[in-house]
Amino acid sequence: MKNYNSLIFELSKEGRKAYSLPPCDVSDISLDSVIPPSLMRDSEPELPEVSEVDVVRHFTNLSNKNYGVDTGFYPLGSCTMKYNPKINEDMANLSGFSKIHPLQPEATVQGALKLMYELDGMLSEISGMDRVSLQPAAGAHGELTGLMIIKAYHESRGDKKRKKIIVPDSAHGTNPASAAVAGFEIVEIESDKNGAVDLDRLKAVLSDEIAGLMLTNPSTLGLFEKNIKQIANLVHEAGGLLYYDGANANAIMGIARPGDMGFDVIHLNLHKTFSTPHGGGGPGSGPVGVKSELAKFLPVPVIEKMGDTYILDYDRPDSIGKVKSFYGNFGVAVKAYAYILSMGGEGLTDVSRKAVLNANYMMSKLKKYYELPIDQVCKHEFVLSGLLENDNHIATLDVAKRLLDYGYHPPTIYFPLIVNNAIMIEPTETESLETLDSFIDVMIKIAEEAKEAPDILKTAPHGTVVRRIDEAKAARSLILKWDGTCMNKE
Amino acid sequence: MHRYLPHTEDDERLMLESIGAKSTDDLFTDIPRELRLGRKLNLNNPLSEIELSDHMKGLSNKNKSSDDLICFLGAGAYDHFIPSVVKHLAMRSEFYTAYTPYQPEISQGTLQAIFEYQTMICSLTGMDVTNASMYDGATACVEAAMMAVENARRSSIIVSRTVHPEVRKVLKSYMRFRDVEVIEADMADGITDVEKLKPLVEAGIAGVIVQNPNFFGIIEDLTEIEKMVHANKALLIDYADPISLGILKSPGESGVDIVAGEGQSLGNSLSFGGPYLGFLATTSKLMRKMPGRIVGQSEDADDKRAFVLTLQAREQHIRRYKATSNICSNQGLNALAAAIYMTTMGKKGLKEAAEQSAKKAHYAMKQLTSSGKFKPLFNKPFFKEFAVTGETPAGKINDELLKHNILGGFELDKEYPELKNGLLFCVTEKRTKAQIDKLAQVMEVV
Repeated sequence: MKNYNSLIFELSKEGRKAYSLPPCDVSDISLDSVIPPSLMRDSEPELPEVSEVDVVRHFTNLSNKNYGVDTGFYPLGSCTMKYNPKINEDMANLSGFSKIHPLQPEATVQGALKLMYELDGMLSEISGMDRVSLQPAAGAHGELTGLMIIKAYHESRGDKKRKKIIVPDSAHGTNPASAAVAGFEIVEIESDKNGAVDLDRLKAVLSDEIAGLMLTNPSTLGLFEKNIKQIANLVHEAGGLLYYDGANANAIMGIARPGDMGFDVIHLNLHKTFSTPHGGGGPGSGPVGVKSELAKFLPVPVIEKMGDTYILDYDRPDSIGKVKSFYGNFGVAVKAYAYILSMGGEGLTDVSRKAVLNANYMMSKLKKYYELPIDQVCKHEFVLSGLLENDNHIATLDVAKRLLDYGYHPPTIYFPLIVNNAIMIEPTETESLETLDSFIDVMIKIAEEAKEAPDILKTAPHGTVVRRIDEAKAARSLILKWDGTCMNKE
Repeated sequence: MHRYLPHTEDDERLMLESIGAKSTDDLFTDIPRELRLGRKLNLNNPLSEIELSDHMKGLSNKNKSSDDLICFLGAGAYDHFIPSVVKHLAMRSEFYTAYTPYQPEISQGTLQAIFEYQTMICSLTGMDVTNASMYDGATACVEAAMMAVENARRSSIIVSRTVHPEVRKVLKSYMRFRDVEVIEADMADGITDVEKLKPLVEAGIAGVIVQNPNFFGIIEDLTEIEKMVHANKALLIDYADPISLGILKSPGESGVDIVAGEGQSLGNSLSFGGPYLGFLATTSKLMRKMPGRIVGQSEDADDKRAFVLTLQAREQHIRRYKATSNICSNQGLNALAAAIYMTTMGKKGLKEAAEQSAKKAHYAMKQLTSSGKFKPLFNKPFFKEFAVTGETPAGKINDELLKHNILGGFELDKEYPELKNGLLFCVTEKRTKAQIDKLAQVMEVV
């Protein structure tokens, strides 16, 4: 069914239905008598009319046009596409977790509150922080929440001049965007030749207007920021705080902790490090951790334990308030909690060791065929800079698209921005030696094709359900919904 | 060896040899010694699947679910019917183990599903364009407010007190840090007080946020507000309940500029408040100010219809600090569930779910107020939620209901001190006459 190419609307036929509801068993009142007709809709919304089998086949066919971690190797740098354990899905679907209302009396959700309280403690231990809020819905949301906390901290001290956040040029795009949404000005600093924070450039921008520095460690190049203690001291001496972007935490669990490096506020990505599925774009979860002196600024409510009872504490006058309805993506938190219990402390440490082992193994093999701009031990990922021999001007995009033909999801490309033609590879720990070797073989084969048959690469992919897509046309014609006319061309 | 880690001792040795390292310790020498943890993490020992499952069931059993309790609680999270196919299809692992569709050639499933989601949300709301979803209703509403602020280049926004208290709280935390003033417009008899709103709008604001049906379940007539807002060159933002749009006038028909809302009711479980999805829809005019992912239709190299993320120049990974928002993800899987739900219920089903909810809610209101012990708090047309009040404290009533395994209403005086003893009930299509009669009967004798 590779050629399946129907929109659900094209299958619609008047009179079909895929649902059933019991007959309405209350005395039949006419809605017209209780709701003024002027407030009612004139025409029915244009939703499909299909049978249940139609629904099932349609979405099953669509799923067949997708590639997930369960399909194959997914070395997408910075995204930590590790295996998503099945048991965690089952656990999140237990009715005691999936069918509870967020506003139920606390006495009827003690299990849920206990889970959240314990997860706070586990994430605090792993990160070296003192308190963690599960409220942020994603990494970028965690960044924003953390920056609000930093701003609230300075304001609480009457220090109103601090309106700037330092962001290295190697940072994820969300870092500067989150800082802007939190109402900060952004000061970007250029990295040194190894992609690390340049201490002199950092010193040059530090002042009493700096609220803090955002940093990913290991950096987006997959390299540990060796000077982190000095960086922390410099920022702290200037009166600023240190924010840790936890996107790369998979490299250091049980080995080093942001809390011990001098970070004051962090976020973690439960959908990266803690194995919860990415869902084709979400839901994620981006818990925020802080040192104890900042705990009073965390979003409300905070879960507290009083004797044997867990409560939602809203009585926190210094809190930044709420950043999301209710308590965060609870269903995602359940899966992360189950993952941590499955791994245990020693298992998580082994996760980071194996993630780093896998990355270094691949790097050692691939640097013979692809340019490795910084050749030193990497952490959980590494960044290549295009083909080593490239007389035929093969773009990194072409290499990525050719990988699709060989049945792989390509690495992250053209990021970080500070590396030309970047190919960012993060194998994760759940991949076997055989999987890594097969991928390495294909990368070598592509490097050969680049020399001998460049057109195959430039026109790749060839074997996918659709071929290269005209993105400019999409942006020009702006067909953002089905208008009833764009019939199937096949 | 752990079941999720495939490395044998031989594998590890071979890999280390290839790297030129003696042990994995050698791979961490770049971390200064004084920064290393130097001890084991103080966490549990690894659990087997059986041990994990037992532990989790123990926690789950400490909660009372909507299988145990008859749910009459709404207030932003709703116990609507979810057809069985929704979970089966959304849980196909090709969907849920995929990342964001940045490689469109192998993500056509996700991309087409979002395109279909966009089409259905536009049809429901009567708007021109929508994005691929936001974190939740409250944050979608914040993004709508920011669009209005950017559009008008004015730094204050009005929100009616009849908008969900959680939404107003999230709005206030965000706006505090953006230096945008949030002005709350008063209410009269459960709806936005149009007379009091007028001078506030005339003072020059970016937009007005109303909710429809509002927090009390009342359907507000937006006619006058729409005229007033547009006469003052501001934007009208409507926070809408998607199920209600099966029968109620669409925001597009009411002249609304931006619609935001909580999409949980569209096939997503209650899940203690998340993950849900926020939807955000607007006019063509405001399209480029809208944050978040958008899927567009295009063609591939063989002229075959194909879908791709588009208008990415608005987003953080391209524009960094100049982006329309910092949002990076969408609630992909929740939006997929919403698309499957809307497809399964279809044109007739969504309407029937909305009609049954409204009819049952009106029946419940009648039963609850028939003896005179409780009276309606407001006298206005409502959809699936309504408020009653009486002499008995709301908490006491809810305690008694819980003893009968009924999850009672939202205690209104927690958020509106003036609405003493007020209880907000929600009745969906899932409730039966017998359950409603039981609710009325227990309340009668508290």
